[in-house]
Amino acid sequence: MDLDALASCLASPACLVTQTTSGLIIGMLLFLVAVGLTLIFGVLKVVNFSHGAFYMFGAYFAMTAYQFTGSFALAILSGAVGTAILGLIFERVFMSRVYGRDVLMQLLVCYAFVLIFDDVVRMIWGPEFRSMGMPAAFQVPPLFIAGGVVPPYYLLLIGVALAAAVVLGLALARSRIGKVIRAAAHNPGMVSALGINTGLIYGGVFALGGMLAGLAGALAAPVRSLTPGMGFSVLIESFIVTVIGGMGSILGALIGALLIGLIRSFGSLGFPLFTEGLMYLFMVIVLVSRPTGLFGKEVA
Amino acid sequence: MKRTRKPGITRRSTLALMGAGAASLAAPWVARAQAKTIKIGMPTILSGRVAQLGTSSRNAVMLEVEKVNAAGGLAGRQIEMVIRDSKGQPQEAARIARELVNTDGCEMLLDGEASSGSFAVHEVARDLGVLCIHTCSEASSLTADPKQHIPNAFRCVRQGIHDSIVGAGYAAGIAKAKGLKKWATCSPDYAYGRDTTGEFVLYLKKFAPDVEIISESWPKLFQPDYTEVVTKILQAKPQALYSCLWGGDLTSYIDQANIYAMFTQMEVFAVNMADYTALTVVKNLPKGIHSGDRYIKTFPPTPENAAWGDAYKAKYNEYPTNWSWQNATAVMFLNEAVKKANSTDGKKVAEALTGLTIKCPFGADGTVTMRADDHTLVGYAIGWGTTIPQEPYVPDVKAGDWKTIFELEAEWKKSKGYT
Repeated sequence: MDLDALASCLASPACLVTQTTSGLIIGMLLFLVAVGLTLIFGVLKVVNFSHGAFYMFGAYFAMTAYQFTGSFALAILSGAVGTAILGLIFERVFMSRVYGRDVLMQLLVCYAFVLIFDDVVRMIWGPEFRSMGMPAAFQVPPLFIAGGVVPPYYLLLIGVALAAAVVLGLALARSRIGKVIRAAAHNPGMVSALGINTGLIYGGVFALGGMLAGLAGALAAPVRSLTPGMGFSVLIESFIVTVIGGMGSILGALIGALLIGLIRSFGSLGFPLFTEGLMYLFMVIVLVSRPTGLFGKEVA
Repeated sequence: MKRTRKPGITRRSTLALMGAGAASLAAPWVARAQAKTIKIGMPTILSGRVAQLGTSSRNAVMLEVEKVNAAGGLAGRQIEMVIRDSKGQPQEAARIARELVNTDGCEMLLDGEASSGSFAVHEVARDLGVLCIHTCSEASSLTADPKQHIPNAFRCVRQGIHDSIVGAGYAAGIAKAKGLKKWATCSPDYAYGRDTTGEFVLYLKKFAPDVEIISESWPKLFQPDYTEVVTKILQAKPQALYSCLWGGDLTSYIDQANIYAMFTQMEVFAVNMADYTALTVVKNLPKGIHSGDRYIKTFPPTPENAAWGDAYKAKYNEYPTNWSWQNATAVMFLNEAVKKANSTDGKKVAEALTGLTIKCPFGADGTVTMRADDHTLVGYAIGWGTTIPQEPYVPDVKAGDWKTIFELEAEWKKSKGYT
């Protein structure tokens, strides 16, 4: 425990800027993965344990596209679109068969696909770790804001994730398709009776969730080593985020992810050997005080 | 009626014939038994972020095994490697090691996993009494601590304490020349990371007493994100940083530290950087990172080492790694020990291995020795240098002095109560 370091950081604008940015980066990447997870749970009522694999595929798709085209924009697009297509196929062929089944069955199917997807990645890209490398446009010195260090690439990352959050929030709240999705989440039988193809909605939501995780993987690819199984640790943290925020709540995922990011960032200064533990401790505190999470709804 | 002995086949001659027949029938079995392949079990990491190192271990072993088999095998027995993926998990490594011996009939164990799992495999070797050569774990206590000692286990690996003595001597010289007094450390939170960092700091302070450690970071093994660690180090504003992160963890860390321009703000000493695994994977390798040699074909600067590196590259279309040379050396040791013992019996081979010196492309003077008193490798090429972003990556490696290593290692062992 180093509370002096934490106190001196909180009193220093430079440190506050650096650590807050660091927390936002961790948080926004987590949000992109967690929001897909929470969306799929909210609408499909499935705990998608294979969600981390889409993060992994997003990173690998982006790396491959970047190697072939040299375009960072195409790399990000490939990561997002590729995982959306993969999510749609996965949902239609496999996941749609376990809707309404026992949660244990759903978990087993998802876990089986975690292993299968890891092996697929191993077969295609090899077992060794890979690195995409930072695009030339971002190989520039960091910005110094109030004395704090902020890398330009991370500003892009935060911006893209925030834009995704805003677009997603508005689309679900205001657009017709958003209303249909919310209606399907609330009462799928009624939506189906109105002649709306719920299968299409389910497939679309799963693809959207996969796309968000893939986008996170693609954005992380330039700064993280790529390896089969890389989605697992992200998945665990995303589950923590969704549990803290409340399963099914998009706002909860955003707030939960930002809190976890900031806890990790400032916790690494004050509690360097307990940074991981802080995250779990926070989850326990939230669940004890609000069993449905910060923004979760009580189940009747 | 008088019983007369019939001429021809007598009972004695019948028994003799039966004995001869049995012997002639048994002869091929005896011959088969003598020529039977010898199975060597290899629990290693073939998946996950360290898979490249495990694969390179397997490649190096196969490269050397092919040579041994082509020359007639171990005491006339062809080697059959039985290689399994431990996934980098200690419990899995131990389970596999036990299964390789008990179920697959392996007579020896090679590799024994990284430090995270090597202690577990070591206990399996202790329990089963099977010959075991560790080829990846650099945690010094594995062989330096007498409590760990078993007569049937050896370690054919560079050692953290050796690296730390040489690295600290090198770093102290730069610290004195450039006035680097404030240091930070960032190493993985497990036996190897803790031990090696502690030893490096110990000797850094011994060689440069003005040095002060102002920040320590202990990210967990295989951590995906180092942002919080990078910013923590930047906040501390050290003049120099030591790290023994390795493999994918090191490359991730460098990629993330790069965009914070960390390498322009402090001198970085990353002991595991100068290995092709990291050198060729990092896309924007910063110039001027100080590193210990791991495997590079230009150090030791001998034709034998360059030829071995080229042969590996020709066969596998990539350069070998630090784990490659260690595993290759283990097979070389086995081959020579079996010749010396004139047997493949584990106990006899272990006796022959103890104190054995062999010719080796990776030796500081062309030879390496399996030191008798603690069953660990000594005499290998060891040095530190500075990176450049293209081949030869570390153009000028300053070789460490084994006389100094032995002296300081002996003091260290005494201070730890190991001797």
